[in-house]
Amino acid sequence: MFDFGSITTWFDNLLESVMPSWAATVIECVIIGVVLLLVYALLAIFYIFYERKLCAWFQCRLGPMRVGPWGILQVFADMFKILIKELIRLENIDRFLFALAPYLVIIASVVSFSVLPWGNGLQVIDFNIGVFFMIAASSLGVLGILLAGWSSNNKYTLIGAMRSGAQMISYELSVGLSIMTIVVLAGTMSVSELVAAQADGWFLFKGHISAVIAFIIYLIAATGETNRGPFDLPEAEHELTAGYHTEYSGIHFGFFYLAEYLNLFIVSGIASLMFLGGWMPLHIPGWDGFNMVMDYIPSVVWFLGKAFFISFIIIWFKWSFPRVRIDQLLALEWKYLMPIGLFNLVLMTLLVVYGLHF
Amino acid sequence: MANIQETISQLCPTATFEQGEELRVTVDDKQWHGLATQLKENADLGFDYLVGIFGCDWKESMGCIYYFTSTKTQQHLMVKVATTDREHPMLHSVSDLWKVALFHEREVYDLYGIIFIGHPDMRRLFLRTDWVGYPLRKDYDANPELNPVRLGQEPDEDATATYVEEADGTVKKIDGKVFADEEYVVNFGPQHPSTHGVMRLRASIDGETVLKVDPMCGYIHRGIEKLCESKTYPQTLMFTDRMDYMSAHQNRHCLCLCIEKALGIEVPRRAKIIRVMMDELMRLSSHLLSYGCMTMDMGATTAFFYGFREREEILDIFEKTCGARMSLHYNVIGGVVADVHPDFIKDVRAICGKMPAALKEYHKLFTGNVIAQNRTKGVGVLTKEDAISYSVTGPSGRATGWHCDVRKTAPYSIYNELDFEEITETAGDSFARYMVRMREIEQCVKLLEQLCDLLEKEPGNEYIAPKVPKIIKLPVGSWFQQVEASRGAFGVYIESTGEKSPYRMHFNSPCLNIVGSVDKACSGYKIADLITITASLDYVIPDIDR
Repeated sequence: MFDFGSITTWFDNLLESVMPSWAATVIECVIIGVVLLLVYALLAIFYIFYERKLCAWFQCRLGPMRVGPWGILQVFADMFKILIKELIRLENIDRFLFALAPYLVIIASVVSFSVLPWGNGLQVIDFNIGVFFMIAASSLGVLGILLAGWSSNNKYTLIGAMRSGAQMISYELSVGLSIMTIVVLAGTMSVSELVAAQADGWFLFKGHISAVIAFIIYLIAATGETNRGPFDLPEAEHELTAGYHTEYSGIHFGFFYLAEYLNLFIVSGIASLMFLGGWMPLHIPGWDGFNMVMDYIPSVVWFLGKAFFISFIIIWFKWSFPRVRIDQLLALEWKYLMPIGLFNLVLMTLLVVYGLHF
Repeated sequence: MANIQETISQLCPTATFEQGEELRVTVDDKQWHGLATQLKENADLGFDYLVGIFGCDWKESMGCIYYFTSTKTQQHLMVKVATTDREHPMLHSVSDLWKVALFHEREVYDLYGIIFIGHPDMRRLFLRTDWVGYPLRKDYDANPELNPVRLGQEPDEDATATYVEEADGTVKKIDGKVFADEEYVVNFGPQHPSTHGVMRLRASIDGETVLKVDPMCGYIHRGIEKLCESKTYPQTLMFTDRMDYMSAHQNRHCLCLCIEKALGIEVPRRAKIIRVMMDELMRLSSHLLSYGCMTMDMGATTAFFYGFREREEILDIFEKTCGARMSLHYNVIGGVVADVHPDFIKDVRAICGKMPAALKEYHKLFTGNVIAQNRTKGVGVLTKEDAISYSVTGPSGRATGWHCDVRKTAPYSIYNELDFEEITETAGDSFARYMVRMREIEQCVKLLEQLCDLLEKEPGNEYIAPKVPKIIKLPVGSWFQQVEASRGAFGVYIESTGEKSPYRMHFNSPCLNIVGSVDKACSGYKIADLITITASLDYVIPDIDR
């Protein structure tokens, strides 16, 4: 497996040799920041295209076809359009909070984005509570949504924001519990160690039935946490027109839009990290030839492929299912997912204690 | 009939009778409310279903015609109540007996200025609160300076009034408000993704729970009934396609039947078969659209496209024969405008062949889904009594177990020769309404297959009655005709003085009644249910506003 760490170490040594250590760190930070934002934007564009095409296929349509071959330039055109749109000034709103909200949402999204393990040695920060940090950072987004709904001075946005607050906080519990289940299995919170622990088999297969339950709970709760269908109540188009971002225009709306797509990628990325081995290729103990062949596929491709696959599942049920109602949504979380998740955590602990996992 | 006449004359000795198609009674307003109570509650009469209230201005007097049907015996009764006071015309309200009168009396008040004593919410229904005059009165001043295009907000849109009769006979006005100041009112529409057109609903909510819904109609009121009074009979036909555009054929069929009934024209059999086929195709396409819109309103966007996929093929059939996909203009007085396209039967058979497989797909995608079932079952329940009281007919009425299909209760055209089932459910909730439509699609296919055989066997190409007069003048009199449109019983009332144009033409639309029941159906459910319920009730706005 090619280790991207060798490139980054070489680059770090190169900078250190010509300038003081602090300057090298600053330059590295800037470069990483720029690269992250670039990847963020490109991934968002890819995801918009990906979802539009997938949804078109589910709906017996072709999707965007006119701009560029198979419509691939359509998304660039749309993004450009959003960039040049006017930011409409509204009367009687809390201007500061109104302007702050989209940035909070996008910052939360970018920060949790940065923790993902992109490939072998391709990781921005790797510290011993990486998973914990990821959960904390992604929770910030709800603040932006609440502020957006509150500051817009509109009844639709307020209802949307209140729904979103109730929903995201509830579903974060289940996301956290299912991640904790895997942390118990791995015995670590560090992202790189989590990946390394899956070298001889992904946690989804190693963790017995308990990991499968956690995976299913995670998929449902992550969909709820990212406000996607069938849990897209905060922006339920047919009830609240556009929910919490009804009043936003131009790039401020664009931020919400980008963050929504990137959050889809982030939850898919976390799912592939926790359950499908992150960038780790599919290894089956004992099948050395097979494992060798799998190792030839670059680690970045493995990671992105897994993330896109999980996104595909989430997109699939978004476009198939009707929307749930707010009381059903909360009942699902508090009456089913969370108790099952808690039970599952205990089950996993027992499995680990008695060494019953693979 | 005689029995009813005897009973009524015992109850109300001053009533005068006239025998038309149905018994017609004229009563004085003073006796009216007492008689109305008896009409509903007396077991010999049992007129529990108020089909409609048609206001009319006879110049020397103004008043209403109430058209009743008994749900048990299917007998009809027309009651005429009038007042000679043009300055302050007042009649007694029957909205305490039949809830459907709540909206119909508001409509009469809006267009004729007749105040209904005892009506709890005497507001205009369609026109703005600052509209000057009452448009359907014969002495209405249509000067555009009186009613310019007003661009501002309606003043006092919350203000309402009740007129109460004191013991000494004087009438007192009590002002009120639709929503109290402390209520949290959320506005849906007139521009909103799921109001299916320019409908406006105001809902008072507590958290996520809907407490009260106030439908505000009239955003696309075009004054069709007023326009008809200045058009010749063939010209009035074109308006019917523009009311409920999803029942264009049935509406036009109804008006043609009414005019043909007045003129005594016998329509050739081939034309009858073609008309019924078109009606059923229209119903099929309407139910497919309804499936699509309901699923989309509930967030299942993909199902919407599945419904539309099949509907497109039906529209293609219409396009081949009628030359249009939306405003079809196919029925004319005495028959249809042209014979069907040579491919017609082949195409209809093709769509009939496809539907069973498509239905299976719809059920797989939506009906069986656990979220869909949780969202629709037990939501927006209307009981059979509610449905009759609000006159909610069509699939929404049949979902409550009320057998209200005009094709069965009062068969017109060739429906009594055809073998089909009247679909009913008993739950009366959104799921039942949805299922009635889905099962009616099967019946439509069954009907269309029979009709294809009938049309093939029908020799000749006579598609219009040979003796339709060049200038159509109806004799003096009045006629009422109902058909089963896609959304319920659609009625046309024509009053003629022997002129080229109707003296009064009233369209009794099913959707107005359905919207009247929205408050009843939605109160106590969640905001999301409001959307589900209105989608499952399936109203079409131009039919309400006319």
